Amino acid sequence: MARIAGVDLPKNKRGEIGLTYIYGIGRSTARKILEEAGIDYNKKVMDWNDEELTKIRTIINDKYKVEGALRSEVQMNIKRLMDIGCYRGIRHRLGLPVRGQSTKNNARTRKGKKKTVANKKKATKG
Amino acid sequence: MSRSLKKGPYIHYKLEKKVLEAQADPKKRGVIKTWSRASMISPDFVGLTIAVHNGNKFIPVYITENMVGHKLGEFAPTRTFRGHAGNKAKK
Repeated sequence: MARIAGVDLPKNKRGEIGLTYIYGIGRSTARKILEEAGIDYNKKVMDWNDEELTKIRTIINDKYKVEGALRSEVQMNIKRLMDIGCYRGIRHRLGLPVRGQSTKNNARTRKGKKKTVANKKKATKG
Repeated sequence: MSRSLKKGPYIHYKLEKKVLEAQADPKKRGVIKTWSRASMISPDFVGLTIAVHNGNKFIPVYITENMVGHKLGEFAPTRTFRGHAGNKAKK
């Protein structure tokens, strides 16, 4: 079983895809890593031998910020925005979209599930 | 799209002058009023209080090191949200 950066990789997927199970590694980063390690990115995860595995591990260790470290960095950045009280920080605090999206409708990803207001006046159609 | 690096950060020239004066002479330090919300906060601003106009009144903003690189307007909200009807005090 291939275990990198504290994550179990799926055995029977191609290397390029398997690596994306690690937080912080997407398709293009995965390709770069495999290219640098000199491994065909079509090679399945289970076909990697120990040597290749260590190669990948050292590359990720040295060059990329993944999993916990990356998550905490993102959290720190958000916390910074909230602490200095700038507009983006305020939006984070309120749980509303940060990048100027419309909030009249939708924006449900940030706002969460709909909170229905009882007896809300229906707009009369003219 | 971000601003060309060649130009350097935008700071209103009069505001910049006032800031530099205030930093050079601690006696002159007071609240600097400005309408220039688009001006970027440069390291020179740290430690000053700047009153940023929000369209209605001036919001005093104390500049800390973390704020460098942001624009003044980010710290003076222009909209007030009073809550929705029938939504009693969420806090």
